[in-house]
Amino acid sequence: MKGFWNVALTILLFCSSILAWELIVRAFEIPTFIFPAPSKVAMALWRGFASGLYQKHLYYTLLETVLGFLLGSALGFFLGTAVALNRYVEYFFYPYIVMFQSLPKVALAPLIVVWFGLGLKSQVINTALVAFFPLLVNTMVGLRSADEDRMNLMRSLAASENQIFWMLRLPNALPFVMAGLDVAMIFALIGAIVAEFVGARAGLGMLIQSMNFNMDVSGQFSVLLILSIVGLLLNRCILLIRRRVLFWDPSEKERLERERIAL
Amino acid sequence: MEVIAVKELSKRYSSRDGSVHALQEINFKVSEGEFIAVVGPSGCGKSTLLKILAGILPPSNGEVRLRGTSITGPRRDIGVVFQSPVLFPWRSVLDNVLLPVDVQRLGRDGHLKVAMDLLSLVGLDGFERRYPWELSGGMQQRVAITRALIHDPAILLMDEPFGALDAMTREQMNLELQRIWLERRKTVIFITHSISEAVFLADRVLVMTPRPGCIMDDVQVKIPRPRALEAMNFPEFAPYVHSIRGRFNAKGMIDA
Repeated sequence: MKGFWNVALTILLFCSSILAWELIVRAFEIPTFIFPAPSKVAMALWRGFASGLYQKHLYYTLLETVLGFLLGSALGFFLGTAVALNRYVEYFFYPYIVMFQSLPKVALAPLIVVWFGLGLKSQVINTALVAFFPLLVNTMVGLRSADEDRMNLMRSLAASENQIFWMLRLPNALPFVMAGLDVAMIFALIGAIVAEFVGARAGLGMLIQSMNFNMDVSGQFSVLLILSIVGLLLNRCILLIRRRVLFWDPSEKERLERERIAL
Repeated sequence: MEVIAVKELSKRYSSRDGSVHALQEINFKVSEGEFIAVVGPSGCGKSTLLKILAGILPPSNGEVRLRGTSITGPRRDIGVVFQSPVLFPWRSVLDNVLLPVDVQRLGRDGHLKVAMDLLSLVGLDGFERRYPWELSGGMQQRVAITRALIHDPAILLMDEPFGALDAMTREQMNLELQRIWLERRKTVIFITHSISEAVFLADRVLVMTPRPGCIMDDVQVKIPRPRALEAMNFPEFAPYVHSIRGRFNAKGMIDA
């Protein structure tokens, strides 16, 4: 019964704030090109989907985000593993990695357009660059965090380095890797949108920019709405995978508990 | 026949302020099926000794022979139980028990029944599909004991295995360990800082003193088995505890 009331209250709160927004915009006659009423945003959303325009750009942005995410996190994971396991790799490469990390990756976007053009390739590369670091750092930390007692146990069993990696270090690093994926997914979406701002032939980011030039503010609002929902859904996907993979992790159980309370 | 022969064993650690003499000229022998307890205050080098026996720490001098061959590195015929259970949370109880089988590629099929028998020996029937976080501390340590026995090692090394448990569980586990030992007759080296635990469990108690860690006494405990917990109140029990404690007091150490 408590759950029912919470849901009812949430819906009520949402509806009344939308209503208040609509009323305020109408009462003060705020021009649509400054701040559109929700009804105008809804209409823009409808028009966009009815004409098939939004689907096309949404597909493009999603494709960039997912490809860039996969590429960037795979690279981050493998390089993180190499750095964590090999002292030479760490010694020679890590300073550059740190230098590169402190650089805002979105600042590279114009260069990448120069090198790779306006096509999908350039946006995927930009997205991958942004998604790369959370995985690199988290994989490194995770692989090194194996507890000394567990290492001693494996050593006492005469386990090879290979076995220690597969049976202990890697599963032990998974909570860190999953946390990295969580961040990387959100970063990937940001990377994709920035890449589209800088130069692209399609995508929701490009759409926002062209709407901006045309003073189509309600259109921009509707795309922002789509983007926030996409971000939320992508995050949920990672969360679902995380729950499956980390069923044994105590912090994961705490999270579940918290979410249950929040609901 | 002797299973373990420790000869002139020394271990030095080098630290910033010179070298620390952790173990000095340790000598002892362990016969097949014997239960040995090593008792001493913290910092007397008990854990160092165990790590050398387990082959995960090289000695500075001397050697340890296990069934005639020198221990130079980790071996497959040793089972170790650490102070904490050290279970892998991503493995179920059964998978944790089978870890040595996986590492040493002994074949899961052949060991499944062994694992189930051992689990039932330690009183964990029906828990094989559970995960470590679903078990109490005492149960987790039972899983660790099962894991140490799964590959039928020549010797079982236990490093204060019940030190992290509450007093009641600890007594219970001492009884259980005695029962398991009476049934399997494994050679056990059991490290503890509790004198009464050592006397209750062991055939022989090696008394260690620190800085440098060396064996000061080797006490035969001639109390008949199975020993009940009440044995601790029996007149034959007290002299052992008393004489061991006396050894520490003579060295100027508060009892351990």
